[in-house]
Parts: sequence; C-alpha cells; structure tokens
Amino acid sequence: MKIGLAISEIAAAEAELSEALLEVGERHKANHDVYHLSRSLARWSQAHVAAVERFAERHDADVDTAAMGRDSAGPLAAVRERSAELLGRRPEPGVLLLRDLRDLHLKATRASLGWTMLGQAAQAAKDPELLECVSLCHPETLRVVRWTLTRLKEASPQVLTT
Amino acid sequence: MADPLSNPWGERTPYARGDEWPARVDEHLVEQPESWAQVASVLHSNGDAYDLGVNQGRLVGVRGRAEDRVNRGRLGPKDLFGWQFVGSPDRLTRPLVREDGDLRAADWDEAMGAIVARSQELLAASGPGAIAFYTSGQLFLEEYYTLAVVARAGLGTNHVDGNTRLCTATASEALKQTFACDGQPGSYSDVDHCDTLFVVGHNVAETQPVLWMRMLDRLHGPDRPRLVVVDPRRTAPAAEADVHLAVTPGTNVALLNGLLRELMANDRIDRDWVDGHTVGFDELEQAVMPYTPEHASELCGVPAAHIREAARLIGEAEALLSTVLQGVYQSHQATAAAVQVNNVNLVRGMLGRPGAGVLQMNGQPTAENTRECGANGDLPGFRNWANDAHVEELARIWNVDPLEIPHYGPSTHAMEILRYCEESSIQMLWISATNPAVSLPELARIRSILAQEGLFVVVQDLFMTETTRLADVVLPAAAWGEKTGTFTNADRTVHLSDKAVEPPGQARSDLDIFLDYARRMDFRDKDGDPLVKWSDAESAYRAWQLCSAGRPCDYSGITYEKLRGESGMQWGGERLYTDGRFNASPDECEAYGMDLLTGALVEPTEYRALNPAGKAILKAADYQPPDEQPSDDHPMILNTGRTIWHFHTRTKTARAPELQAAAPGPWVELSAPDAARLGVEEGEEVEVETVRGTVTAPVRIGDALEGTVFLPFHYGYWDEPGGVGPNGRGRAANELTITSWDPVSKQPLFKTAACRVSRA
Repeated sequence: MKIGLAISEIAAAEAELSEALLEVGERHKANHDVYHLSRSLARWSQAHVAAVERFAERHDADVDTAAMGRDSAGPLAAVRERSAELLGRRPEPGVLLLRDLRDLHLKATRASLGWTMLGQAAQAAKDPELLECVSLCHPETLRVVRWTLTRLKEASPQVLTT
Repeated sequence: MADPLSNPWGERTPYARGDEWPARVDEHLVEQPESWAQVASVLHSNGDAYDLGVNQGRLVGVRGRAEDRVNRGRLGPKDLFGWQFVGSPDRLTRPLVREDGDLRAADWDEAMGAIVARSQELLAASGPGAIAFYTSGQLFLEEYYTLAVVARAGLGTNHVDGNTRLCTATASEALKQTFACDGQPGSYSDVDHCDTLFVVGHNVAETQPVLWMRMLDRLHGPDRPRLVVVDPRRTAPAAEADVHLAVTPGTNVALLNGLLRELMANDRIDRDWVDGHTVGFDELEQAVMPYTPEHASELCGVPAAHIREAARLIGEAEALLSTVLQGVYQSHQATAAAVQVNNVNLVRGMLGRPGAGVLQMNGQPTAENTRECGANGDLPGFRNWANDAHVEELARIWNVDPLEIPHYGPSTHAMEILRYCEESSIQMLWISATNPAVSLPELARIRSILAQEGLFVVVQDLFMTETTRLADVVLPAAAWGEKTGTFTNADRTVHLSDKAVEPPGQARSDLDIFLDYARRMDFRDKDGDPLVKWSDAESAYRAWQLCSAGRPCDYSGITYEKLRGESGMQWGGERLYTDGRFNASPDECEAYGMDLLTGALVEPTEYRALNPAGKAILKAADYQPPDEQPSDDHPMILNTGRTIWHFHTRTKTARAPELQAAAPGPWVELSAPDAARLGVEEGEEVEVETVRGTVTAPVRIGDALEGTVFLPFHYGYWDEPGGVGPNGRGRAANELTITSWDPVSKQPLFKTAACRVSRA
C-alpha cells in the first residue's frame, strides 16, 4: 500500500499552499481583499495538514508539520508588508499579483489533485475515516482553486491592457 | 400635526391586518404656494411622494400625496425640511477648473473641453481601462441609463460603479445569490398583511421613518404583529420588539444560522414548498446543524433563550415579513448573512403572497435605478454578463458590436476602482453626486488617492464638498426639483419627479452633462449614427423602456403620462414570485452566483447542473470571525451608522436649519457600563482611535451594547476651515474604518473595527 505516499504528498502540498497564501497576502497588502482572504484560506490549509496528519502513522506517512499554526510567514513578513504598502502606488505590483495568483492556483490545484487520489485510495482501501477526512477537506481546497481563478480573471484585463 | 422635531413619527393612525393604511397628510409650508410640482423624496430610500410648493420661482414647502401607495400623505422630518437645500445661497453656479494648484471659475466649454481632451488622450495612450466612473444612488433613472450607455458602449470601460456599493450592493447580490436575479420580492403593503415582522440590522425608524410609521400603526392596531429585531443597539424598533436580539457586531451569520437550525429542529419547515421551489436544502441543513442555540450564543452574544424565543415567533408566523439593511449589508459576511434571511423566509415558504415576503432594502433614494440601469457596473435590465445571448440582445438595442460592451468579467467595484487609481492604472475618475472623501472607509487613504498626482478627478455636485476640493474639474449640477426624471424606491415603486424651479447660475442637470459629454466625444453606433439617440429626460426614459422591455424590471407599461396621473406605480406587480416561479433558469438568470466566503464565481456549467429548473437557491454559509478582532490595544468594537436628521454626508440636510439644529455635530455613543469604566460623563469629549485614525466628539450615553461604540458617519469637514480633512481633530467616522469588503457584494465594512476610547 502506498497510501502513505499520497498522505505525505497532500500534507506537503497543503503546507506549501498555506505558506504561499500567507506570503502572497503579505506581498499584496495594498490589495486588501487578497490580504484578508488569503489569511483565512491559509488557516484552512493548516487545518488540512492537521487533518491528514492523524492518518500518517496508520499509513506510515512522513508529515512535516513545521509550517503549521503560523499566522504569518516568518520574520520577513513585516518587511514584505511594509514594502507592499510602499510599492502599492506603482503599477508593477499588478504584474506580480497575476504571477502570484497563477502560482497559488497551481499550488491549490496540486493539493486538490492529491485529495482526489487520496479519496480514490480511501475508497479502494475501505477506510471510511480517511474518506470522511477527504470529503471534508477537499471541497475547501477546491474553493481556493476557484477563488484564485476568479481573482486572476478579474485582475488580468486591467494589468495587461493599461 | 405633531411637532416632527420632537416626535418624528407623528400621531398614530392604527389599522388592522388586511385593512388599507389610513391616509394622513403632512405638510410644511413657509409661504402659500402659487403652484405645485409632483416629486418623491431623495433623502432616503423610502420613496415618499409629495408635492413641492412653488412661489415666485422659489420652493416654499411640501405637502404629502395622500393617494400614493408608499406614504399615504405622510412625511418624515427630512421630507418636511430637507427641500431647503435647493435654494441654499452657496450652491455651485459655475464650472471650476484647477490651475496652478487652485480651482478657478471657468465656462462649460472650457471645463468639458478639458474632460474630453483628457479622455481622448487616455483612450489613445492606455485604452478605456484608464477611465472610471463613480456615480451615486441620488441621480435619476434617465441619468444612470445614459451614463451606463456612455461608459459601457461609448468608452467601453468596465470601471463603472456607484456609491450604491456602500448602500445597496449587498441587497442586490443577496437577491442574485438566492433568486439568481435582482428584484425586490416583497412590497411595503406586506406590512398591512403580515402577522410577524423580522427586522434585521434595519433601524427603520431612522432610515425610513414613514415605513416605521406604517409598522407602528400595525403594532398599535387591534391585531398587533409580532416583532423580532436584530440590532446591537436598543433602537426605537428594538424597544418596540417582542424579542430584541442584541447581536455582537460582525456575527450575524452565527445568529441567523442558529435561528435556521431552531426552525429545522422544531420542524417549522414548509417541506412541500421547499421541495417544490428550492434547491440546496440538505446542504443548508448540514451547514446550520452545528449552530445550536448555545453554540450560536457563544459566537454572537445573544442569550440562547432569546434565540429560541425568536425562532418560535418566526416559526409560528403565518405571514412573515423580513426586512434587512445596513446592520447586515455594511457588516462582516454581509451577503452570507443577507442570504440567510432569504433562507428563513424560503424554508418557511413565506414568499410571494400578502404579508409573506422579504424586503432587502436600499440606503439611497434612487439606488434601485443604479442597479437596474447598470450604473453600478451590472448590465442594464438585469442582464447576465456571462451569458452571450444577453450581451447580444443588449448590443442589438444599442446597435453596437457585442465586443464593444465589456463583459469578460464582473465590472470593477468601487473599492477596486480606488485601488486601480492608487496604482495609477486608472488615470481619470469621474465622480457624480457623491462625496467619497467622507463616505468611503479609511479616509486618510482615500484623500491621498484623490489628491494623487496623475489622477484626473472630475466631480459634479451641488455644493463644494470635501471631494470637489480635491478635484481637477468641478461641474455645477442641477438639483432634484430643478430637473425632471423618474426614480424607483426600495419596493419597486416608480415615481416621477418634476422640475419645479430653475437651477442657479450655470448649473445643469446631470443628464445634460452626460449628454453633452457624449456629443463632444462623438460616440457612434455601428451604423455611424450617434450612440446616444435621446436629448432630454422623457426621450431617455423611452430608450430605457425599450431596453427593459421583456426583462424582469420591465418599464414598458409605465409611462410619464401614467406616473403624472397615478402617483407611484410598481414594476413587476405588487410582489414578485407570486406564482412560485423565479427568473432563475440558466438561460434567464442574471447571475450564476458566487462562493459566499471567497466570492469565487460559479461557472455556467456548474449552475446548469445545480439548478436546471430555475428554483430558488438555499445557499449556506459558515460563520467566520471578522478579520480585525478587538485586542488589548483596541478592546472595543466600532459601529458606524446614521441618524434620522441627516442624509449621506450632510451636504443637503445640514442646509435645512431645522435638521442641522437637531443634530449639529457628531457624538460617540457608549453603553452606561463602558462610560462608567472609562470615567466619562454625558457630553464629555472623548477620542475614539483605531490603527487608522482618531475622531474626537462628545459622549452620549445610550443603549449601545457593552463593548461597542457607535459613531454617526454623516459628519465631515466641508463646513469647517480647510474643508477637506481633519485639522488636528478628526470628525468623520471613516477616519477610523477599515479597508475591507464583503467578498460577494464588495460592500465595504463599516460596522466592525477594533477601537479604543479615551478621555480627550
């Protein structure tokens, strides 16, 4: 059984997503919706890591919980937020925002694919608890996928045509 | 007539359920008029109809229209006294242009020439994305529709919004989430027929005093309806209520989920109606199940027993009327909460019959038309930008190529327009009839954006305001009473408002200004004819009748002639959805919906799968704590709001001596325990401080919820030296508010910020 691999993969993907959400939020503090929402969504990803971690031992998975429970992305965060405020009056951050939203979308998609695989495996392995974990967490990750896509669609015309 | 300054709701005319609301004609005349002009109020959203008295070319008073369905002759204090702003000696009478840093008088050719030159320069250099419009909830239908055509098909910009973003955006979005289309379901006449009123975050006594008179007349009548009020303050409606749910600001969703759960747990659900008319019940049930009265109580601060009692009253109702306003719309999780009120009525099958309905209110008199005509960025006539057939139909009406109409995404909302100005990708901002330098959140930021070099700001208004003082071009506008047009209130009642007097000096109607711009810009349709084919209010209205024909907001049967005769006609009939049919099928609907937490758009294919038969949608939302929570440094919650005596930023109401005298300055409302803890007494000056700014004002010890602070938002600086911002002493509540908005409606958050209060 390689379910452990899938669990490690998800834990890593959600931890990375959480870290990236916090970083992007801080970098785009002048985009107030991105700042506030990315912090809320990062908490989801942190909860997802904790949720799969409960299955790590059973399936012999390696879960790195170092990224969990942080409210910000470390000591550089304050510097990033301050420079975001200063940069907020220049047009270049728009291009950076598109790049960051695209990367977030890809990271969320990677995590979502991980949940899909794990859900399939949980059914095949007849593990109802693991399946329940997937069915609680995966929809939230999908909401991150959709939000990053919507935000990217909204931001692209202005950044790319003016 | 009772003294409106001591008793603004006047004497009671009690009536019983199902009876007609008795007429009561209120008037205030300073001289005998020689003639009358028919109008409706522009100082709130209620749509009170009255006649303006005219003598020798001046307004001399008002008299309510007894035959009108909205007010049956009654007038609130702003109706009685507010009209005096029209004749104020400090009206703007000439265009102004900025030269060497200062505004100087100019003529229309010079001012419009500067606007046209800048527009053409930006179109050539950057395209239409460099130009944005920020309009109002106080113009007329004809003006909004003209602006929408000019902005969308003339310039082709996607940056069109109104200050309705601050007042009614959540009403509109909540209706779109639930019914997949805008349009007020209920009617004021539901007050006559209901047996239970559920008033949520809606201080109706102050925001719509005449509607409160109607409610009071039922409440004091022979078969009093039961009244449940959700409000952190003990407002006049809360004092009248059978149950007052004093909710902690920012926690509406937790409370409403608790009420929905109680309705379900006690089997107060109309199962047949739900099965026949809605989708999503199972998901809603699953989502609200954790919100037991005790759990909801922990989150929202309302005692569990009150939640149970309120749910019992709502659950026993035979005809439930729910109303919603800024306590929901300007608070945290705005759309999610407004949608849960819709859900309360839907799960109880309380819709589309007399007394059973929902009124998602507006804050401003003509906000409804901003929504209908697309001056809020939506496509006119509740058309769906994501549905190519809708866009093609609009393009046919305007005789332009569909590609000329931006429809690649939702239009840019006001807060994002400001953001694009801040980052300099928008370089021209045309503001009409609103005062963002007082009304938007975090004013230090707003002032710095409006003053930013490289941003060309055009403002048309009646008076010098905080915003006109930051403008590059100021255009003097004609006021209500000086121009003819129509507008629609919060229950879809359309009124005609006639010209009574001439505008002062060179002031022109907003319609004439937009028409002049269209002519000078030479906007053309695809046959080379002028894009804007009308020249005055009535011809603009006829163009709108064509655009709205066949749409849910169909004006084709409502003519100027009928409005002159009948005093107020509703589009869509007395109430919508009387046959249990919605405009929600995938081909008809205005919107496919959004994720209530993130604002992520639902794709058309997902919507087709979710709601193929076009039913109402029960959308669930989990409670999320507000982003800014009270802390050790800022331990209290700031709540901003309004008073019955003033409107918006007081530019009109402060020029009525009676209204100005009734509320001459701002105040800080504290609960008695908080005042005692801080050691401050009634009238003593305090400072309210957030991380964004400070406001100083005298204390009023009131019935604020302990731990919360209330500040009225009307006061700014136009009547102080400098006239733009604080001179060492903050006065505007929005010095303090946070830049944050609801993910669905994009309505800014004015009702929760962490603050501290100290003696000044």
